[in-house]
Amino acid sequence: MRSWVFFLVCVAVGAVVFAGARLVQNDYVFFAGYVVLQFIVLATAWNILGGYTGYVNFGSAAFFAAGAYTSVFFHKFYPLPIPVLIVLGAIVSGLIGLGMGYLTLRLRGAFFAIATLALAVVLQTLIVNWNYVGGARGAYVIRPESVPLIGNYINYLFVIMLALAIIAINVARAIERSQLGYGFATIRDDELAAEASGVPTLKLKLVATTLSGGLMGMAGAPFPYYIGYLQPASAFALDYAVNSIAMPMIGGTTSWIGPLIGAILVATLQQWATVSISSELSLLIVGLLLVGFVIIAPNGIVGLVQDRLRGRTK
Amino acid sequence: MAEPLLQVAGLSKRFGGFVALDGIDLAVAEGERVGLIGPNGSGKSTLVNCICGTLVNETGTVHFNGEAVDGLLTHERTRRGLARSFQLPRPFATLTVADNLRVPLLYTVNARPGPSLSAADIDARCAELLRLVVLEGKAGKYPRDLTQVEMRKLELARAMAAEPKLLLADEAMAGLSQSEVDDIVGLLIRLNERGITIILIEHIMRAVMRFSQRLVVLVSGKKIADGKPDAVIRDPEVEKAYLGQ
Repeated sequence: MRSWVFFLVCVAVGAVVFAGARLVQNDYVFFAGYVVLQFIVLATAWNILGGYTGYVNFGSAAFFAAGAYTSVFFHKFYPLPIPVLIVLGAIVSGLIGLGMGYLTLRLRGAFFAIATLALAVVLQTLIVNWNYVGGARGAYVIRPESVPLIGNYINYLFVIMLALAIIAINVARAIERSQLGYGFATIRDDELAAEASGVPTLKLKLVATTLSGGLMGMAGAPFPYYIGYLQPASAFALDYAVNSIAMPMIGGTTSWIGPLIGAILVATLQQWATVSISSELSLLIVGLLLVGFVIIAPNGIVGLVQDRLRGRTK
Repeated sequence: MAEPLLQVAGLSKRFGGFVALDGIDLAVAEGERVGLIGPNGSGKSTLVNCICGTLVNETGTVHFNGEAVDGLLTHERTRRGLARSFQLPRPFATLTVADNLRVPLLYTVNARPGPSLSAADIDARCAELLRLVVLEGKAGKYPRDLTQVEMRKLELARAMAAEPKLLLADEAMAGLSQSEVDDIVGLLIRLNERGITIILIEHIMRAVMRFSQRLVVLVSGKKIADGKPDAVIRDPEVEKAYLGQ
């Protein structure tokens, strides 16, 4: 399917999802749906670096929080509309991704993962000590009651996150089918052989860290308006790091559809568990699912389906 | 005399206290077929790695096609026409056989000055390369579906896809049967007849003797012989290195 056709299909699906949520006439659907969509963006963004190039990033929360705190900063400094804040959040997090890429280019495997975790700790420490954005005590972001055309503000935030999810999925799919996608795959498979085939691995890794970081920052930018009160503990929560790794792993990391499936499955399950069993159970569910998939389907749901299809054609 | 295509001068490489290469000089002319032999640990693969930029040499220089390539990254050297195959095949496991060949075409051939190959051109080149190494029927397969000799052929085809001026084939025949070795030697000779200069690093003497127009011998990081194959293998120092005193 051509890229623009796929984009139009995504927009059509998005419109159906929004119309369906409106039909329910319950704001909770929008609150829960926002979180699911947010994790679609995060999981897709993580997968650009972690799935396509094989560099596991444990610092997703740092990029997400950078986007969120960019919004808090501008909310106080010079209030701007959310779409502009999203662009600014993407730029800030993208630059952090670029910087992280430069600092950690020589690292691979567990060492790279530890370095990204360290980045999250460093950034959280900086935010905790930065009074202008609320420091350790946090910051209030008063959101308007409603917006023209759409109405309720949570509906507006839902539409925004839906648009971001569509953008993230289309970016990931476009990468996968491009020269960049081939380059990323060679880095994941064998970096030495990639260089010997003419692939500028250093440059491509920087592109991946920047793109992945930028998309995570986009997901974080509307978050202060969603939550209303942002504190470091919520912006840098373990959930973001764990979920953005677990969702692509469960869905499958070699294709754009894997993180989408994983995010819809796991985030929906978490939202259901939060209201029907216990909010504390949600991370346990992710953990159990991850362990189960690592044992039963190490290549995720997409890998499982591909293996079945291959078995059938043999 | 024309300038050599590859000129290595005074090249040395140490790993801690171990001297892997000690002042290697090597000149290879365009179109030549050179065999590089030596016992295990003599520095053959280290020399290949230093020439290709995978390892950084402490002293000495590498000139390729009249240009100093020291300090260039591996992919920059590949784009200048210096390609290699690996001792143990390193295919891109998640890409199909055809896509493995597509990578050097996209990243090396299309990165060179001049018009870029279109998608149709790239498909045609892939098909041509697969025909050359007799892997036409495997285009859509993954490397895990290939036999050992097919994997070796894919490794050579991928190096060839970069359209190199010089190919360094590092033990392209290790672990193959006699007929498979003949197959690969025939392939390398065909590639050379297309104008590609080849340095073959190999242990299988029958293959080396059939392939090489010139033989270079490394022992303990030093070059001990360089000349016509028949003369080199009768060199007492080479006999001593291989058979002992």
